[in-house]
Amino acid sequence: MSTVASRRPDAEPVNYLNVEHGWKSWLFTTDHKRIAVLYLISITLMFFVGGFFAVLFRINLLEPEGIFAPETYNRLFSMHGIVMVFFFLVPSIPATLANFLIPIMVGAKDLAFPRVNLLSWYIYVVGAILTMYAVFRGGVDTGWTFYAPYSSTYSNSYVLAAAFGVFTAGFSSILTGLNFIVTVHKMRAPGMTWSRLPLFVWSNYATGLIQVLGTPVLAIVLLLLAFERIAHVGIFDPNIGGDPILFQHLFWFYSHPAVYIMILPGMGVISEIVACFSKKRVFGYNFVAFSSMAIAVLSFVVWGHHMFLTGESVYTGIAFSFLSFMVAVPSAIKVFNWTATMYKGSVSFDTPMLYAFGFIGLFTIGGLTGLHLATLATDIATHGTYFVVAHFHYVMVGGMVMAFLGGVHFWWPKITGRMYPEAWSKFAALIVFIGFNLTFFPQFILGYLGMPRRYHNYPPEFQALNVLSTAGASILGVGYVIPIIYLIWSLKYGPKAGPNPWGATGLEWEIQSPPTTFNFDETPTVTEEAYNYGPVEEVVG
Amino acid sequence: MAETIVPVGEEPSAEATHLRHHFASPEQQMDAATLGMWTFLITEVLFFGGMFASYAVYRNIYPEAFASTSQYMNVILGGTNTAVLICSSLTMALSVRAAQLSQRKPLIWFLILTMIFGSIFLVIKGFEYHDKWVEGLVPGLHWGGYPEHPEFAHHAQILFFLYFCMTGMHALHMVVGLGLLTYLLVQGVRRVFHASYFAPVEMIGLYWHFVDIVWIFLFPLLYLIGHRR
Amino acid sequence: MTGHSHIPKVGTLVAVWAALVVLTGVTSAVSYIEMGEFNIIVALLIAVTKASLVVWIFMGVRFTTSLTKLFVVAGLVWLSILILLTYSDYSSRNWTYQAQPWSQGPGNGPATK
Repeated sequence: MSTVASRRPDAEPVNYLNVEHGWKSWLFTTDHKRIAVLYLISITLMFFVGGFFAVLFRINLLEPEGIFAPETYNRLFSMHGIVMVFFFLVPSIPATLANFLIPIMVGAKDLAFPRVNLLSWYIYVVGAILTMYAVFRGGVDTGWTFYAPYSSTYSNSYVLAAAFGVFTAGFSSILTGLNFIVTVHKMRAPGMTWSRLPLFVWSNYATGLIQVLGTPVLAIVLLLLAFERIAHVGIFDPNIGGDPILFQHLFWFYSHPAVYIMILPGMGVISEIVACFSKKRVFGYNFVAFSSMAIAVLSFVVWGHHMFLTGESVYTGIAFSFLSFMVAVPSAIKVFNWTATMYKGSVSFDTPMLYAFGFIGLFTIGGLTGLHLATLATDIATHGTYFVVAHFHYVMVGGMVMAFLGGVHFWWPKITGRMYPEAWSKFAALIVFIGFNLTFFPQFILGYLGMPRRYHNYPPEFQALNVLSTAGASILGVGYVIPIIYLIWSLKYGPKAGPNPWGATGLEWEIQSPPTTFNFDETPTVTEEAYNYGPVEEVVG
Repeated sequence: MAETIVPVGEEPSAEATHLRHHFASPEQQMDAATLGMWTFLITEVLFFGGMFASYAVYRNIYPEAFASTSQYMNVILGGTNTAVLICSSLTMALSVRAAQLSQRKPLIWFLILTMIFGSIFLVIKGFEYHDKWVEGLVPGLHWGGYPEHPEFAHHAQILFFLYFCMTGMHALHMVVGLGLLTYLLVQGVRRVFHASYFAPVEMIGLYWHFVDIVWIFLFPLLYLIGHRR
Repeated sequence: MTGHSHIPKVGTLVAVWAALVVLTGVTSAVSYIEMGEFNIIVALLIAVTKASLVVWIFMGVRFTTSLTKLFVVAGLVWLSILILLTYSDYSSRNWTYQAQPWSQGPGNGPATK
């Protein structure tokens, strides 16, 4: 079913997209770039599925009494969380942008294990299908955190299907991380030392470490949950001496590092974008690189901050609180270094840079509010409120989703060979920024005033802020739909892009757009440091 | 036989070394495979680790219930199984060595022996599980209420579940291992492995040794601690 | 990077096998001696020794790259984090905070004249 593109003299050069046609050439590909595209389509679909649930429950929150039944509301926010966390945020940048770029950035022809890469996508699809099965049968109402004993004993929803869907998706994540780790260690081109790697590679390498070390514990805790639910063995059943807190320990051992799986790749994207659109090397390269590693390591010893109110002794709380403050330091180092990169740089405001600015500001707010939650005394008041919801949406949506959009726009010409319309993209970025802040800033206030999360109703005095938040969400939704339209439009009608439309440094900008199947005609030899931005006049697109 | 490094004569062909196109050299391919397998084994360490953590918690908060379970653990069968797996690790290591030296017949025989030892392990495990079933000690499926120590029935239920979970997960990994060894046997018979290409044997060997190591910890923790003469 | 795999001696492999069998016997025999808290410590020490032999010799880590050794150590460190940090919550549950006079506000400091 695959045919080699017939070549006319004026035909476009052979690249990874046109080298073969037909569904078999896509579904059985081992080319990391094609797999990245397959992932891009899949996670975009899941993003809108998760967003759909958000639309519904934000509508519910227009009225203090709620609109849907409480049981329905519980399913809506649970499915939103499960789909967004496990099927969008965790795989987003690693499986799409990093999959596409890491081999090129290190100077290799593919990842270390191309077939494992394809397998990871198939596993992701199976996990998504299992979870969608749970959705169509009526959903899960346990929250994305699946806390026992509700999930193990009392819930009447499709816990098993959803848990198995997530369990499966976890293996996809493990395989991706494993592939990146081995690729970065063993497939670097001659001269590509660790200190010459783009910071995007450092970030995704650190992400891979977290994926490999943390996700297996999620797998086992979901398996234990499944046994409990199927056979009532009692491991999390307090009636017979089982401990629901054990579930939380095992769950958060993964799920806290998971939030760093979600944000680290975004930070890598920001490093690349800020350097390119300041035409300046990233300030403090070593610090930024090591901060990624520090985050990866420290992320594993802070999970108790999700459990301050479970009866932990105050000494345990103090220890986890202190460590949580420590893990904020490397993130702050990155923010300082990005800012210092821009200082006295030649800053331009192309769309990727707009998203980067959004990221830096919003991630900082999200990160600082995380410190409110890491502080024992204030967490007592804000745990389980909308303050938490606003905090993590600031880092995940204001941070990660913006980084994802920025990265997609930055590398779009490389991936597709086309440019998108700049006016529309800037407009969409603005809509996203406005919509985002309108949605989530009121939630900080609501949480601080005491509105609990995961409730379908609320006291009437909170209605104005909730309506504002829902209005913001509808604007945000528009902001997400616009890029879908013009990006797809650009595939056919966008102007063709050359190898380096941004004048950026990096191996990916030295090859054609889109790249050939094996990326390089000859393995490159690297002789320069990363971000070798000379005087502005020398770097031409 | 003296220790030898694989002799460097003329370089073997890309076909002989099964060199895949994205690798620059067979050494790079082997290095990548080794690091990849170790990374995978680390994920397995954390996977089993979750169960070990659960076991550590429950064992320590319910020490008397834990002590009461030890009489049902058959030390003879457990100890025999430990010895069986140790033998299988030896034959596995010898089969890797045979592949490295292009010794086809020893490779095949050592693989077969490894599979025999692995099967003996599973058969003994099967007898143990059968005994537990008959005695009504399978939580959720066939739990008899723990008649000899009803005061510990609930806590013992949790502990026996962990016993089945840990040994069952281990047995599942053994079964997968037997499948992988079957693949190696078939490939070995077809003369696929030799001094220039033996990575699958070595990688599956690493997996097999790892499964042995899990049992090395399961045996004392489940069978030996808590029992007295 | 290793250019060539190391081929072990048969004698080495058999010696490790013998040591593992002996240690299995030792750990079984010792388990019948009542030592209180030390039973589990001894059992785990023996298990760690056996596992180390398997890792070092059977799995070839002795002759492998420092990177592989680092990965092995990292796996063990992370396993320890999981078990020890989880378990520490349980063992510290009873540690209640003893309020000190000096933390109760002004005028409650150490014995004043």
